[in-house]
Amino acid sequence: MTKKSDDQKNSKPLVGLFITCLVDLMRPSVGFATVELLEQAGCRVEVPEEQTCCGKPGYNSGDLANARDVAKRVIEIFEPYDYVVVPSGSCAGMISRHYPKLLAGIPRWENRAEVLAEKCFELTGFLTDVMGFTAPAPLSDLSGRTFTYHDTCTGLREMRVKAQPRQLLRNLRNVEITEMKGTEECCGFGGTFAAKMPDISRHMVDAKIRRAEDAGAQIILGGDMGCLMNIAGRMKRLGKDIEVRHVAEVLAGRLDIPAINGKGE
Amino acid sequence: MESKSSEFLARSSEAMRDEHLQSVLNKLRAGLEYKRKAAILKIPNFEELKEHARAVKDHTLANLDHYLEEFESSVIESGGHVHWARTSADLNRIALEICQKAGALRVTKSKSMIAEETGLNTVLEEAGIEVTETDLGEYIIQLAEEPPSHIIGPAIHKTKQQVIDLFKNHHDLGERELESVKSIVDEARKVLRDKFCNADVGITGANFLVAETGRIGLVTNEGNGDLTATLPRVHIAVASIEKVVPTPEDASALLRVLVPSATGQPITSYVSFFGGPRKQGDPDGPEEFHVILLDNNRTDMLAGEFRDMLRCIRCATCLNHCPVYTSVGGHAYGWVYPGPMGSVLTPLMTGMGKAHLLPNACSSCGRCEEVCPMGVPLPDMLRQLRTIEREQGLTPAGWRWGLTAFMKLLQHPRIYHLGARWTTAALKRMGKKRGSIASIPVGSGWTKVRELPSPEGRTFQDLWRQKNRKGASGNE
Repeated sequence: MTKKSDDQKNSKPLVGLFITCLVDLMRPSVGFATVELLEQAGCRVEVPEEQTCCGKPGYNSGDLANARDVAKRVIEIFEPYDYVVVPSGSCAGMISRHYPKLLAGIPRWENRAEVLAEKCFELTGFLTDVMGFTAPAPLSDLSGRTFTYHDTCTGLREMRVKAQPRQLLRNLRNVEITEMKGTEECCGFGGTFAAKMPDISRHMVDAKIRRAEDAGAQIILGGDMGCLMNIAGRMKRLGKDIEVRHVAEVLAGRLDIPAINGKGE
Repeated sequence: MESKSSEFLARSSEAMRDEHLQSVLNKLRAGLEYKRKAAILKIPNFEELKEHARAVKDHTLANLDHYLEEFESSVIESGGHVHWARTSADLNRIALEICQKAGALRVTKSKSMIAEETGLNTVLEEAGIEVTETDLGEYIIQLAEEPPSHIIGPAIHKTKQQVIDLFKNHHDLGERELESVKSIVDEARKVLRDKFCNADVGITGANFLVAETGRIGLVTNEGNGDLTATLPRVHIAVASIEKVVPTPEDASALLRVLVPSATGQPITSYVSFFGGPRKQGDPDGPEEFHVILLDNNRTDMLAGEFRDMLRCIRCATCLNHCPVYTSVGGHAYGWVYPGPMGSVLTPLMTGMGKAHLLPNACSSCGRCEEVCPMGVPLPDMLRQLRTIEREQGLTPAGWRWGLTAFMKLLQHPRIYHLGARWTTAALKRMGKKRGSIASIPVGSGWTKVRELPSPEGRTFQDLWRQKNRKGASGNE
């Protein structure tokens, strides 16, 4: 049943990578950067092919029946692994904070949801808190540009991600974050909220962009593709050119690939 | 009060275009957030106080019937009267009867959200009674004929200049000019003094109903509550049933988390407890003391899945920290209670039909729950209301069917991955020139205000499979 036993000779933990629908669809680079970081930190990584999405869009919109079915699938697919690692605070929060609520009181599933919740982590939280990943010296020096960090709501409040990405950026790439005001305030994404109430969402993302500008940022980093696509998309509509990137890519040293709000051909 | 919650989108768009309102909201956001944080830093055991306050409230709610009856006996024992109002209309009728019996022509009122909830002023005014709000914020919006936009700062949406203009229109200022905030306060004070002295009935709210003593606790910063409660012949306190606490110590436990969360003060300028009519030898106090207790769907909440909402002590910190509230202000919500707590209460009190947009006015950022001193799980409740919205068929059809189809698709990985490969390739082509897509047919709200950034063109799963195939053949 568990894949761990097959590889007992190998003491490296086996990580099931939950790739997330947005990384899969929009930004595979984040996925490859994640794999690279996990391997550097001493993990073996597998990407189960049957995975699709955590089901949060339906859950948040009140479709609990389908959300339960999706949650059960995710549990079945990922419970054989030592850890489930997600390059997103939102999807990690869905699995570790919301699946147990969603399946509470359902025999067998309640317990399975809780067990999976315990071993599910957001990427930077996992690298720091579980693997204690550090480099003796920076792997490369990406300083010289002004980086700011947007604390995505679910990463911050559901997965307790705050110091970990900053610490990793400093340690691996010699990047010091220039903090903007209101870094813990929502960017206005909120999943379907961004499309259901676009004017309010615009008001929120504009405040975020203004504060990044006030901080003199050249690059905005964050750990959730949804939020980053929102900020990048608005930046693009406004014709502004602060680059928006996922923290995993920068941690993997990949500043060479185009930003999420990169130019066309 | 009549609900206009169904107009939320139009009202919020208008609010975001209102420069005056936006300047006030920006200040509110920075100011109250900072004050709360600073206040809490000075209270080393704030987490313990929160836990204790919550335990007090949970215990009371679990024994609500008992403590309400104890409160009633205590009030009667001290010579007062308790009236039970199931609905808003009941409360208004009872209050009017008391006023009419007392032959009241003039009523002063201190701030009460319950009176806003029931629309009491309108009922009294229609019966020919002059009602004067005595909290400065409430007085301002009474002159402006507007509902409150914030539950503790009802006129928080008004700029100083707007208040000066209102006073110019409604007061006889003669040659006098109003400039400073002090001059505005002095002017209101002058007008209100007369009202206090000439009122027949004073109506107050109540922050606490103390079961053991039959007293009501009132928290204000202006002292207007005390003048309203003690000067007129009759004092009526209007309160909802969940305001009851067992003992004065329990009221104090709630007070200690309420005030820092609300205004960032350690304690308000006035904390007063009133009970019973004037006794022989008392220097002041009313001849009659009435408490009207309002249910208005709260017993339904107590019995159902929204029970935790009854822990709310109306500190408004969830409003001050909500990115939606601080973007659109309180009037956009269209009823008495705005922000996260309002988006839960409004559908429960006025019905889902009119108010179902409100639980959607939430980006699920979780800040409200983070700052709530009573640990009310607001995001979970808003999600639960969206579930009810969906069950009642109130979700727009496009969203409902689109999301259902998506959720079904997630359970068929082969079709899903095929669709994902096709979609990412198509989006890549669409965004080739600009690096982004300006308009998409599905979820077009997204591209109303922002571009859809171009994808890289192939799915991760696709690339991963290819890489592993190559890796595997290379190893052989």
